Amino acid sequence: MTAVAVAPAGRPLADTLTMLRRNLLRAVRYPGLTGFTVGIPVVLMLLFVYVFGGALGAGVAPGVTAGAQGRAAYLDYITPAIVLFAVVGAAQSVAITAAMDATSGIMARFKTMAIAPGSVLGGPVLGTVVQGLVAVVAVLGLAVALGLRPAAGAGGWLAVAGLAALVTFALSWLCVAMGLAARSVETASNTPMLLTALPFLGSGFVPVETMPAGVRWFAEHQPFTPVIETTRSLLAGTGLDTSTTVQALAWTVAIGAAGYAWSRSLYRRERR
Amino acid sequence: MTTDLAVDVRGLRKSYGDHSVLDGVDLAVPAGTVTALLGPNGAGKTTTVGILSTLLRPDGGTVRVAGHDVVAQPEAVRAAIGVTGQVSAVDDLLTGTENLRIVASLHHLGRREARERADALLERFDLVAAAGKPVSTWSGGMRRRLDLAMTLVGSPSVVFLDEPTTGLDPRSRRALWGEVRALVAGGTTILLTTQYLEEADRLADAVAVLDGGRVVAQGSPAELKSAHQAGSLDDVFLRLTDPSTLSTAEQSTEEVA
Repeated sequence: MTAVAVAPAGRPLADTLTMLRRNLLRAVRYPGLTGFTVGIPVVLMLLFVYVFGGALGAGVAPGVTAGAQGRAAYLDYITPAIVLFAVVGAAQSVAITAAMDATSGIMARFKTMAIAPGSVLGGPVLGTVVQGLVAVVAVLGLAVALGLRPAAGAGGWLAVAGLAALVTFALSWLCVAMGLAARSVETASNTPMLLTALPFLGSGFVPVETMPAGVRWFAEHQPFTPVIETTRSLLAGTGLDTSTTVQALAWTVAIGAAGYAWSRSLYRRERR
Repeated sequence: MTTDLAVDVRGLRKSYGDHSVLDGVDLAVPAGTVTALLGPNGAGKTTTVGILSTLLRPDGGTVRVAGHDVVAQPEAVRAAIGVTGQVSAVDDLLTGTENLRIVASLHHLGRREARERADALLERFDLVAAAGKPVSTWSGGMRRRLDLAMTLVGSPSVVFLDEPTTGLDPRSRRALWGEVRALVAGGTTILLTTQYLEEADRLADAVAVLDGGRVVAQGSPAELKSAHQAGSLDDVFLRLTDPSTLSTAEQSTEEVA
């Protein structure tokens, strides 16, 4: 060949938006999966406030009595954890999407097309961020309906949403990798379940000071605790603790970077 | 110069661990023709298509598709090809129209052009009536047709079809043959794998028989039949791909006689 045709190496932005469109369409067509990402945190919040809240509320806030006062205090306390729970739930769903695409042959089709390679996984990740934000708004709306009166101003609310979006983005890359690593769609839906345990093993539902030494050490050093504490401060409008905020952001960036690198290497791996 | 070869494979090798799948495959497909790749199960037909379509990396040899090297210029190869694999590559949750429009957008067609292209392909593959329903509700034959329609959205110059008619009823199979002939008449090059020798006989300008990791015969169906003094491609296939079984069978017949 005398003239080498320069092929378009895809258009990253346009291709990612097309893949985002595909994923939002899928979310609309498969409302079961989307419903779960909103439904589970909502049920969890109702359960924890109305069943456990009366008793547990007295344990998380000094001077609060059991019953109605306890429920109100507990609603205050667990809202950040439920927000994170919604985020984790959304991220989990992208593992299933990635596994479905990889096993159905459509990912192979995309790989043989002249499109930006990053868009094939980037589209689902962005779609998940959108779904995660919908779930977070639903949870916060429910919290307000149940009587939560956050002191946060507009900036605080935006910061809560921004942090939630960032955490969803980071966890989604991790979950995409889990989905690609799974041999089947069933495995892909199970592996990220481990993540749902983390809000419980942190400061999400009870203060870490009440835990035995070993569990407490883990709770204080795991990634979700600084994220929960930062969200808590933002909602309460009490001003941020610098070290906690930095830890929250550092963990988020680290998880996102590791998840992205892992996803990328799995995407490039040959599938037989 | 090899510009008139749409597919030019020389000494292609591929192994998985100790297991050698392709051991020096040579294959030439002239532009604007249909070549059928035959071979027993596990002969490496799908692996060959995987390498030609940039999904798998070759371990050795040179592979050029549409004039571009698959290792050095995968993007240029991808821009020229269309692939229909064995596993149907359609999105079950979306409708037929949506599937085609998404692929059209990925080919960077404008909104209106994408819509027109999708509609034209739905018409051409007789999918208009079901176009608005999710693909999960479609029959296997319809999904296969949509799969091929999605492959053709970008008007590829080289098309790879991996067992395109497996599982299709005779009518759908004939319809697909018609599509293949129409594509070739329009200048497209096609490499297809098949288990149906009748299909190769009727459709292909050339047949390549893959066995033991090599192409053991290549030529037009008529050439192969006369070279092996066989009445059908079935006989050619049996003689070339499994001589031990055949001779054993012949021996035992002689013994009985």
